[in-house]
Amino acid sequence: MSETIPAVNVEDEVVVPAPPSFAMFRTLAVIAMLSGLFVVLIVQWANPYIAANKKAATEAAVFNVVPGASISKTFILEGDKLAVAPEGATGTLVYAGYDNAGSLIGMAIPGVATGYAGPVYVMFGYSPAKEAVIKYQILTMTETPGLGDKVVTDQKFLANFDNLVAKLNDAGTALANAIKTVPNKSKQHPWEIDAISGATITSTAVGNAINSSAQQLLPVIVKQLPLIREQGIKAEGAK
Amino acid sequence: MSMPNQYEQVTADTFLRGLWEENPVFVMLLGMCPALAVTNSAINAISMGLATTFVLVMSSALISIFRNFIPKQVRIVAYIVIIATFVTIVDYLIQAISLDLYNALGAFIQLIVANCVILGRAESYASRQKLGATIVNSFGSGIGFTIALLSMGAVREILGAGALFGVGIMPVGFEPWVVMVLPPGGFFVLGCWLIIFAWNKKRKEQAQLDGAVAGGQA
Repeated sequence: MSETIPAVNVEDEVVVPAPPSFAMFRTLAVIAMLSGLFVVLIVQWANPYIAANKKAATEAAVFNVVPGASISKTFILEGDKLAVAPEGATGTLVYAGYDNAGSLIGMAIPGVATGYAGPVYVMFGYSPAKEAVIKYQILTMTETPGLGDKVVTDQKFLANFDNLVAKLNDAGTALANAIKTVPNKSKQHPWEIDAISGATITSTAVGNAINSSAQQLLPVIVKQLPLIREQGIKAEGAK
Repeated sequence: MSMPNQYEQVTADTFLRGLWEENPVFVMLLGMCPALAVTNSAINAISMGLATTFVLVMSSALISIFRNFIPKQVRIVAYIVIIATFVTIVDYLIQAISLDLYNALGAFIQLIVANCVILGRAESYASRQKLGATIVNSFGSGIGFTIALLSMGAVREILGAGALFGVGIMPVGFEPWVVMVLPPGGFFVLGCWLIIFAWNKKRKEQAQLDGAVAGGQA
């Protein structure tokens, strides 16, 4: 420590009487009020930017996991049916990606599962024509940098999702074969995901997130494909 | 309540102390939690360092302004509330600037509240010095903290991922030492940096001692 800052003189302090409680109360009240004011101001200022960032991130994710799409439309799950989601709707949302002519290319479906350090939010593209997952990406996660976050960068792992079979059973109520993550280098079926060695828990979380969303939403989506296609033509017409 | 005090004149040393002589991480061993936790890549280290610097300078400034108004008995509560306010501001600022960066830093932004570099500056400097000196001094500490985090993050990223700022710089055959980006790597690298700083200090002391002995003989 530098000599220019003197140590507090303990003897001097002992003779100073404790301030009345009012002084303490007043100080804390003023500081807490100022602090509240600052926080409210920054939240008010930042919220539109944060909402815009989140919306842009979702839209970018839709176009990323449904390659070739240039128009997106949001649908909301209502019971066992899909409906066009109004602006700012909350609930279970899925996104349809259409090309310029308004024909459906694929659906972008969000999912979530617990990873190593918290929830792993994913978005995956589903192609009704191929009956398969065609691409996936992480939306947000808090996995260990350098290990868990390999699920974003590892090319071999990403290749699992080029054509990950997600076919429905004959009754159309669930997947014929559940999508699941298997230990590194033991993938045998086209509906299995080869885990990254050293990031097994995060790889499994990605598989679980896709599987649970697909089991829940794909039966509805497949049933409602005519409606989804129709919306695409409307969107194209409106342009 | 005013303490018996001497105000420091603002000199270059007010700023530079925090960088080297009183480096928060390598000399004072403060702020170990973020220094170990978020230094697995250079970019995380820099972002964390700058976010901490912002909170450090702003809260020190506010504490310095209020220094004669905060009774000693409630000072810690007052400091924590002020620090938490600026941490919330940084948290929202980063979310508004970039969601990607926000996701990369994860929970560690909120944990700046408990960073003892900031509380240490508040207690040992901001509560006793004028606004100008406080801003200069805490900015120096913040930059010192950032440099310390960066020097750990760079080493860990190079050894643990073969890259710096995400750009591969190691030869093709290089097998990354994954342990370096894991928590143990943080301890290894921190230990090595502390050895260098301790060795340098010892060497200087020895040189001074030798100089004194030589002077005495002359």
